[in-house]
Amino acid sequence: MSENPREIMEFDVVIIGGGPSGLAAAIRLRQLAPDTSVCLIEKGSEIGAHILSGAVVEPRALDELLPHWRKTGAPLNTPVSEEHMLYLTPTRGYRIPILDRVMPHMRNHGNYIASLGEVCRWLGAQAEEMGVEIYPGFAGAEVLTENGRVMGVATGDMGVGRDGKPGDNYAPGMELRAKYTIFAEGCRGSLTKQVMEMYNLRKGVDPQTYGLGIKELWEVPAELHRPGLVQHSFGWPLDDRTYGGAWMYHFGENLVSYGFVVGLDYPNTWLSPFDEMQRVKLHPSFRPYFEGGRRLSYGGRALSEGGLQSIPRLTFPGGMLVGDTAGFLNVPKIKGTHTAMKSGMLAAEAVAEAFLTNRVEPGSYTRRIRESWLWDELRGVRNIRPAFARFGMKGGALYSGIDAMLLRGRAPWTLHTRHADNETLEPASISPKIDYPKPDGKVTFDKLSSVFLSNTNHEEDQPVHLKVRSTSMWKTVNWDVFRSPESRYCPAGVYEVVDEQAAPALQINSQNCVHCKTCDIKDPTQNIDWVTPEGAGGPNYPGGM
Amino acid sequence: MKVLVPVKRVIDYNIKPRVKADGTGVETAGVKMSMNPFDEIAVEEAVRLKEKGVATEIVVVSIGEAKSQDTLRTAMAMGADRSILVETDSVTEPLAVAKVLKALVDKEKPDLVILGKQAIDDDMNATGQMLAGLLGWPQGTFASKVELHDGKATVTREIDGGLQTVELALPAIVTADLRLNEPRYASLPNIMKARKKPMEKITPADVGVDMTPRLSIVSVAEPTGRKAGIKVGSAAELVAKLRNEAKVI
Repeated sequence: MSENPREIMEFDVVIIGGGPSGLAAAIRLRQLAPDTSVCLIEKGSEIGAHILSGAVVEPRALDELLPHWRKTGAPLNTPVSEEHMLYLTPTRGYRIPILDRVMPHMRNHGNYIASLGEVCRWLGAQAEEMGVEIYPGFAGAEVLTENGRVMGVATGDMGVGRDGKPGDNYAPGMELRAKYTIFAEGCRGSLTKQVMEMYNLRKGVDPQTYGLGIKELWEVPAELHRPGLVQHSFGWPLDDRTYGGAWMYHFGENLVSYGFVVGLDYPNTWLSPFDEMQRVKLHPSFRPYFEGGRRLSYGGRALSEGGLQSIPRLTFPGGMLVGDTAGFLNVPKIKGTHTAMKSGMLAAEAVAEAFLTNRVEPGSYTRRIRESWLWDELRGVRNIRPAFARFGMKGGALYSGIDAMLLRGRAPWTLHTRHADNETLEPASISPKIDYPKPDGKVTFDKLSSVFLSNTNHEEDQPVHLKVRSTSMWKTVNWDVFRSPESRYCPAGVYEVVDEQAAPALQINSQNCVHCKTCDIKDPTQNIDWVTPEGAGGPNYPGGM
Repeated sequence: MKVLVPVKRVIDYNIKPRVKADGTGVETAGVKMSMNPFDEIAVEEAVRLKEKGVATEIVVVSIGEAKSQDTLRTAMAMGADRSILVETDSVTEPLAVAKVLKALVDKEKPDLVILGKQAIDDDMNATGQMLAGLLGWPQGTFASKVELHDGKATVTREIDGGLQTVELALPAIVTADLRLNEPRYASLPNIMKARKKPMEKITPADVGVDMTPRLSIVSVAEPTGRKAGIKVGSAAELVAKLRNEAKVI
C-alpha cells in the first residue's frame, strides 16, 4: 500500500495518546514554550472514548499543572468521604480498620471520585484552548526513524479491506514528523512495544507485570447512593495465589463505579476475570447496592503493576515514554492518574530544555523523574506487589503491613518480579475448574450483553488487528495444554473456540475488542500481537465511565 | 453551480442512547456526537458532484449549539468549501430549521440543496420536505441516485416496493437515502486543511427566525425488553400457543 505517497506534516512535538499523561505533557509544553507546535493523536473516536479507570483521583499533579482547576470546571466533584477495606469470605465481608491504619498509601482523604474519561475530555478542551492540535480518531501505526532517531509516527491507512487491499474509500496514513515524540499510549502501548525493542529499553529491569481491570457503571436508586463512598475488597472469590479484588465508588448523580482487578500473573487457566467480576456483585457486601439499579456501561483495560523495578529506560533518541506505557502506576495506592500526569509534565519540561540545548535525546527526563515525588512514591511501595506474588494474598497482606508500619517503605531490600505474566499459567489438567454462576440478567450479566454497553465498534471490512503469529502454536499450546485461556481472560468475547469436539480452532471476533491489551500480555507463548485497528474503532465509553 | 448541504450534529450511531432517569429525554452529556450519517451521504454526494465538475461550490450549514462547528469542520474535511454555523441552544424542530434554511437559500442562492432524508436522533424526516414547501421548489426525497443535466435533476427514489425515477427542474431539493453513496473518510491531512476553511457564525435571530418550540415532549421511554423465547415440543403445541397465548392466528 506504500505506492500512494503519504502526506507529511512537521511539528515540534508529537504525542501519541490522549490520556492523562499525554494531555498533561501537551498542556505543560504550551505553558513552558507557547511557540512549540504540539500535535496529539488519539486512536479513540474522541478524547475520553478509550479511557477506563475507577477512578479515585489524587489531585496532586493537577494542582501543579492547572492550579485553578477547581474554579475552571474540572469534573472532579465527589470528594472521598468514607472508605472501607473488606476481606471477603463466601458469605461475609469483614472490615479491616487496621489496614486503613497500617497502609497509609490506601488513605483517600483529599481525593476525588471521578470519571477519568470526563477528566480527559476536560483536559483535552484545556489543551486545545492553549493551542494544542488534537486529532482523535487516528491511530499511530508506525514509528518513523531516521539515522537511529525517532522522527515521529505515521497514522494507519483507512479503508483497507479485510484482505489487506485498499477499498473504494481508501485513505493512506499520514506522517507526523517531530523533533521529539512522546509515547503516551497507556498500559502496553503497541508503538511503545516496538520502541522498547528498537532501543532495548527493558534491558536490566524486571519484566513488567499487569492486571486486568473490568468495570461497570451503574445508576442506583437515590436511597442507596452514598456519594463519596469508596469500598475495596480482597479475599473471596480469588484463591491465595491470585492477586486482585473489587472496587465500588459512589459518585456523581446516583452513579456507582464497580469493577474488579485480577493480577495477570494468575496461575489457574480456568479463571475468568469477567465471571469473577460478575459473581462478586452477588456477595452480600455488594449486592444490596445493585438491586433495583440500572447498568449503564461496561469496559475493560489492562494496567501496569510492576512498579519501580519494572520501569524501562525512559528516553531514546528523539523521544520518551510517559504514563502507564512506561509503568508509573502505584499499585498499592491503586492509582496511576496523578503519576501519569506528573510524568507527562516532567517529560514536557525535559523536552523544553532539550529544544534549548538542541539535544537528540531528552535525557534530563530521567533525572527529573528520579528527583520528583513520583519516584519517592513508587520507591516507598516497591516491595508490596512483588510480595503478593511471592507470598500469596495473605502473606502479601502481612508483608505489606510490616513494610508500611515498621519499615515505612524504607526496607533495605528490593523484591524482584521473577516471571512475566505469560509464564505463570499452569496446564488445564492440573488447574482446578471453577464453577461460575449463570447470569441472572438483573445484577449479573453475560459477556456479550456487557460488551454491547461499551459502544464498541470497528469498521467491519478491515484486516484483523489481533495477529496470531502461528495457528499451529495455538493448537498445541493454547488448546492442548491450557484449553484456550484467551476465551476466558478476554473481557470482550473476542476469542472463541469453534468445533471444540472434532477440530478445535480459534475464531477471532475482532470487532468486539475493547482495546484492553490482555491477550498481548497473557498469551502463554506471546503468540498474539495487538496492533492498532483503523482509527476511531474500539469502545466509545460514555460520560460517567 | 452552487450546492447547499445542511448537516446536523447527533449522537454517534455507534452509541446506544440512554433515556434519562427522569424520562425527559435522551442523555447527551459526555456522549460522543458526530454528523448525522444521512447528512454525511449528502455531503459526499455534493463532493462527488464537485469532483465531476458539475458543482463549483459547496456550502455546508449547521443549526445547533456551538459544538456543531466540529460537524461543519468534518464536512469541510470531506470536501465542502465553506460553512455557516447558525448557533442556538434551542431545540431544533424541523419547521424552525427549514425556516432558517429558507433564509439562507434566499441569501446564498444555491441551485441544489441536498439534505439527509432524516436525522437519526428524532427520526422526523421532515426538514427537506418543509424546506421544499417553503421555497416552492420541486423535491426528490429518499434519493438513491442523482444525475444532473441541462438544468434538471433526475432522481431515483427508494419507495415501498421499488424505485421511482423523477425529473426535477433546478433549483431543487434532494434528500439522501442510505444507498446513494458510501461516504469517504475525512483524512487527517484534509482535517488539518479544513481548519483553515472559512466558517461564518450567525444566529437564528440574524435571519429573523424564532426557534421557540411548537412541540412539547410528553415523555421518553426505552422500548420494553423482549420476552425470552420458549421451546415447543410439536407443531400442534406451536399452533395452540400462537392461537391461544400469542393470539396471532
